[in-house]
Amino acid sequence: MFKTFAKAFQSLSVALLMGLPLAASAQQMSEDASIVVEKPWARASLGTSRPGGAYLTVRNEGSESISLIGLRTDISGMASIHETSTNSDGVSSMAPADDIMIPAGGMIALEPGGYHAMLMQLQSPLVEGETFSLTLLFSDGTELEITVPVLGIGARGPEG
Amino acid sequence: MMSVAKIAAIGAAAVFAALFVGWWQVDGPGADPAPGKRPMPLSSMDFSLTDQDGQEVGPETLIGHPSLVFFGFTYCPDVCPTTLSDISGWLDELGPEAEDLRTVLITVDPDRDTVETMAEYVSYFHPQIQGWTGLPDQIAAVAEGFRATYEKVEGEDGSYTMNHTAGVFLFDATGRFVSVIDYHEPREFAVPKIRRAMRDGTKGAKS
Repeated sequence: MFKTFAKAFQSLSVALLMGLPLAASAQQMSEDASIVVEKPWARASLGTSRPGGAYLTVRNEGSESISLIGLRTDISGMASIHETSTNSDGVSSMAPADDIMIPAGGMIALEPGGYHAMLMQLQSPLVEGETFSLTLLFSDGTELEITVPVLGIGARGPEG
Repeated sequence: MMSVAKIAAIGAAAVFAALFVGWWQVDGPGADPAPGKRPMPLSSMDFSLTDQDGQEVGPETLIGHPSLVFFGFTYCPDVCPTTLSDISGWLDELGPEAEDLRTVLITVDPDRDTVETMAEYVSYFHPQIQGWTGLPDQIAAVAEGFRATYEKVEGEDGSYTMNHTAGVFLFDATGRFVSVIDYHEPREFAVPKIRRAMRDGTKGAKS
């Protein structure tokens, strides 16, 4: 408990020393820089009745493996990581993903056709040109809040 | 005078021969070496749907043009918008060449995807992409013709999603099935496949 507190305090000091991180920089990282999130983006939604989808990559710069275990965001009443898979008959299906392990020095990508942040029960529409904040939850207790830009419905990747 | 048994035997042989020829051409060694079950020719399909403008459409809407058809639904957060974006990219790459191509998204979720919904949804993608919906039995009929499958999957919170065939089907201008572009297939393969469907169509129309 004390250790966690000390770690958090240390991280906070580092963050203060470095100055508060830029809100929507290309790279967003945990306070101790062990988890780096790149290329976040979401597709604009049609209103709020359909689930939204968001994508990003996570790099584990730490010395131990870590798992991405969930998501939280005010924009969605039910946010979780889903995985799309396509079977040998070409039928695609989608299901909630298990925890995603990222080995030390490794990375995972949430990208179209694979893992994606599924944002159900949208509280407000995802509007192209706006941003929203998304918190990634990790197995070691780290909670990393990132800013996700909303691109057009027809976007194919972080570049639009 | 032929005996009843003889007539029955000849009849049975005729039926068997017809079935055999059909099997040979469609599923047997006479079929194109495409993986899995191939869609029927558009000319053998029978369905009636409604397009994004409220017009009645069917196989005859596609025959006469090379076409690109796929199944999806507008509540789909990942595969469908990605496929529509991919197709938009292919059409952009083909440019004026692609103007003759009929490109259609057919919904597998007619309960939620009304004509108005389809119209709004497809308007966000390449202007050539159409969105067709219809009565549940008509959606079943069209999926049967394409040998496509779909299935409703209930979610935890009362919502549901759809599993569905995700490939993009290509037909030439005569309505003959040419090829399928699998989900995830790189663009370097997709665009030449579309060109082939357009070329085959021209040949088919002349012959």
